[in-house]
Amino acid sequence: MLDVSVAYNRYKFLGHEFLTWLWYMIDTDFEALQKADPEMDALAIGNRIVLENHRHNQDETITIRGDGAGLEEGVMALTKGAKVTEMHLIFRAGELEWRFSVKGESLSISSLKTPQTAKLESAEDIEGAVLEKIYLVERVVKLVEQLYAQFAKQRFDPDWDNKVVHRIMAWIRQGPAAD
Amino acid sequence: MQLLASTLSVTRYRVQGKPAEPVMDTVRNGLKDQMIREIDNDPAQKSIGWTESARPFAPDFESAQFMFGNHLVFSLRMDKKSVPAKIVAKHVNMATAKRLADNGQSHLSKNEKRQIKDEVLHRLYTRVPATPNVYDLAWDMEAGVLWFFSNLKEANEELETLFSKSFRISLIRMFPYTEADLAAGLSDHQRDALKQSGPALFSGGGHA
Repeated sequence: MLDVSVAYNRYKFLGHEFLTWLWYMIDTDFEALQKADPEMDALAIGNRIVLENHRHNQDETITIRGDGAGLEEGVMALTKGAKVTEMHLIFRAGELEWRFSVKGESLSISSLKTPQTAKLESAEDIEGAVLEKIYLVERVVKLVEQLYAQFAKQRFDPDWDNKVVHRIMAWIRQGPAAD
Repeated sequence: MQLLASTLSVTRYRVQGKPAEPVMDTVRNGLKDQMIREIDNDPAQKSIGWTESARPFAPDFESAQFMFGNHLVFSLRMDKKSVPAKIVAKHVNMATAKRLADNGQSHLSKNEKRQIKDEVLHRLYTRVPATPNVYDLAWDMEAGVLWFFSNLKEANEELETLFSKSFRISLIRMFPYTEADLAAGLSDHQRDALKQSGPALFSGGGHA
C-alpha cells in the first residue's frame, strides 16, 4: 500500500472524474445509477457545484451556487476541460429526502441533512434516535460508496477510454442539461 | 449529541483489525485510559481525549452506554486555549520591566528573556479557560467501518493517532484511491490499472 498522503494527492483526480461522471450519469442514465440503491427515486444536482480547470498550469475555479442557479457556466467550463471537484446532491427514496455535498478529492460528505427524525421527549428516546440517525446516515454513505464502486469498475475496465470517455466527450460537446 | 444535529459532516474509515479479546473490555479500557483530561486551572494549552457523546463534559465510561445496535458511539474531544499575541507581549513587557527594576539591571540575557516568557505563558494559560470541541464517531465493529463526524484535517489526524494509541489497531481513511483499492470490488487486473492510472481527458479543452 502506498503512503497515505502520496496516494491522496497522486489519485485525487479520480474523485474529480467520479463527480464529472456522476453528472453525466444523472443526465443520461439514471436507471444505471439505481443499482446503487434500488429504492432511489431521484438523484439530482442540488444548489452548489464547483469545477476546476488546471490546463496550461493556470488554475481556474468555477463555483455555481443558489437554489435556482442554472448550470450553463458549468457546462461551459466542462467544454474547456474542467472537472467537477465538489457537488451538492439531492437524493430521494419514497417520501424521504437527503441533501448533502461530496468533495471529490476526499470523497468526504458534508452539509448532510437527513430526513427529520422523531423529536426527543425523554432520555429513554436517545437510543432509538441514535439508531434511526445511523440508519439515515448509512443510506447516504452506502449510496456514495456504491456509486463510486460503479464508477471505479468502469474506470478501470479496458473499455474506459474507447467507450465511456468517448460518450462523456460527446455528452459534453452536445451540452448537458443546464437546469 | 452531535450525531443528532440537523447537519452533519462525515469522514469514512476502515478499521484495520479488531480490538483484543475480550473486545468490550479492551474498548472500555482504551476509552478510560485516554479519556479527556480537564485543563482549566492548569497551564496545559491543549488536551485531547475520548468523551461520552451524551455527556461530553462529564464522561464516565464505567457506566456509559455507548453501544447502539451494532455501533459503538463515542466522541473525540479537543480542548484548546489561546491567548492573543498582544496580551502575551504586554505581560512579557511588564514582567521584563519589573525584573530589570528589581535587580537594577539595564538588560536581560537571552535565557532570562526566555524564562520570563515561559513564566508569563504558564500564568496566562492557567487563567484562560479551554475551548472545547466535540466530534462524535460511530464504529461498526462487525463491518470494520468507522464514521467520524468531522471533515476538519486536524480533528481527523488527532482521531487517527488517538484511536491507534487507545485500541492498538489503525484506521484507514477512505478517499478515492483507498476506496477503489479496498472497497470497490475491483479485480486484480483492475487494481493494477488503478495503480498505473493517470487523469482522463473529457474534452478537447486541455488537461483538467
